[in-house]
Amino acid sequence: MLLAFRRRTELMFPVLFLLVVVSLFPLGIGPSPQLLARIAPGVIWIAALLATVISLDALFRTDFEDGTLEQFVISGHPLTLITLAKTVAHWLVASLPIILLSPLLAIWMNLPMESRGVMMMTLALGTPILSLIGSIGVGLTVSLKRGGQLLSLLVFPLYVPILIIATAAMMAASDGLPYAQFLGLLLAGLILSLTLAPFAAAAALKISLS
Amino acid sequence: MNMKTSRKTKPRKNPLLMFIHKMGSPPWFYQFSGKLIPWFWLIFAVLATWALYLGLFKAPADYLQGESVRIMYLHVPAAWMSMLIYSLMAVMGFIALVWRIRMMEILAIASAPIGAAFTIVTLASGSLWGRPTWGTYWVWDARLTSELVLLFLYLGVIGLYKSIDEPRKAARAACLLAIVGAVNLPIIHFSVKWWNTLHQGSSISLLGGSSIDASMLWPLLIMAVATKFYYGANLLTRARVSLLEQDKRKSWVREAIMEQD
Repeated sequence: MLLAFRRRTELMFPVLFLLVVVSLFPLGIGPSPQLLARIAPGVIWIAALLATVISLDALFRTDFEDGTLEQFVISGHPLTLITLAKTVAHWLVASLPIILLSPLLAIWMNLPMESRGVMMMTLALGTPILSLIGSIGVGLTVSLKRGGQLLSLLVFPLYVPILIIATAAMMAASDGLPYAQFLGLLLAGLILSLTLAPFAAAAALKISLS
Repeated sequence: MNMKTSRKTKPRKNPLLMFIHKMGSPPWFYQFSGKLIPWFWLIFAVLATWALYLGLFKAPADYLQGESVRIMYLHVPAAWMSMLIYSLMAVMGFIALVWRIRMMEILAIASAPIGAAFTIVTLASGSLWGRPTWGTYWVWDARLTSELVLLFLYLGVIGLYKSIDEPRKAARAACLLAIVGAVNLPIIHFSVKWWNTLHQGSSISLLGGSSIDASMLWPLLIMAVATKFYYGANLLTRARVSLLEQDKRKSWVREAIMEQD
């Protein structure tokens, strides 16, 4: 995480990307507030998904290139914990700004007041899942020169449930319906991926380094 | 001395274990699969012809769907296969990763293109069936959507395998991805299903509710068996080819090729 702060401009890229993508939608679809409000959950979440995947490529990239990753493997520390720590650090750097910035997006997309808090909660619960599942994909593609393009193909199908549940929560909140069950599902997904994904990511890294 | 021999011969006592052990060896696999493949193709051809005859000529047209119901005799077995092959691929990938069996890596990877082809057949035949029946080529129905996601998963496995140069490393990476996908697949399936009920209210079920007549069931089942043999034949052929390709510098390949000439 400290390493990431050495290049502060790069830190801004996922956030700027998110802003640009979301701002394209009103331009492409038209500024009608009702329409924007209807598509807002999907747009914000898809943009967050894209921003995550774009930033994910950097998760192990520099460590792989300068050999730090190999040192991690032979250091004797459990690789699972190291990947988990790297992923958490990545989430703090790449996804937390997205969550903090999301109220601005909600205003842009004319998202109803009721679902703004829910949006932040879905992002807070959902983006760690994206990072965790993504860490498996990054582990598999890190040794490739153009891993980033392949990465999106690998992880987007796995992101489908999160996208569905998160947008459903926001839509339910907009319509004044109960949404706690969706947040519960997201939390379940978070716990599941928190327990399983680091192992898979560590295995993937070992394969990539073999 | 006595102990030594008994320890040595112990694993041979179980013929099944011995068989599995032998199949792990490339020359053995190559020979054995060479004998199996023609039979698989033959059984597939016979069964598929029979099923098509029953399905296209014998079975009656559906009173609701008309003649287009005959697409189902291809569509449903293909859909079954698309899911079966993914789970088999994940199982084989798991075996390959845990016990580091090279043949299993090859078999798992060889499954991916076949499964992807079945998925495409499912999607294409489903679209063609949907045009006259639902009035559109594509709806975001739960089944269609999860089949599409399944196709993406297959393409991810194939893409990952193709983009890593070293074949064994590529196979292991792709196997791991297949396992991750298999863990996610039920979640994806149910979330898509649920998403569909959320957004569309009612979904059209394929053979829903009504019991299916024997004259329509038989071609379906025979075709389902035929596709298994198609998979077997195709899988073994693919595995043999990639085995030859990977081992082209080894002596057993030279011997095997010399034998054929």
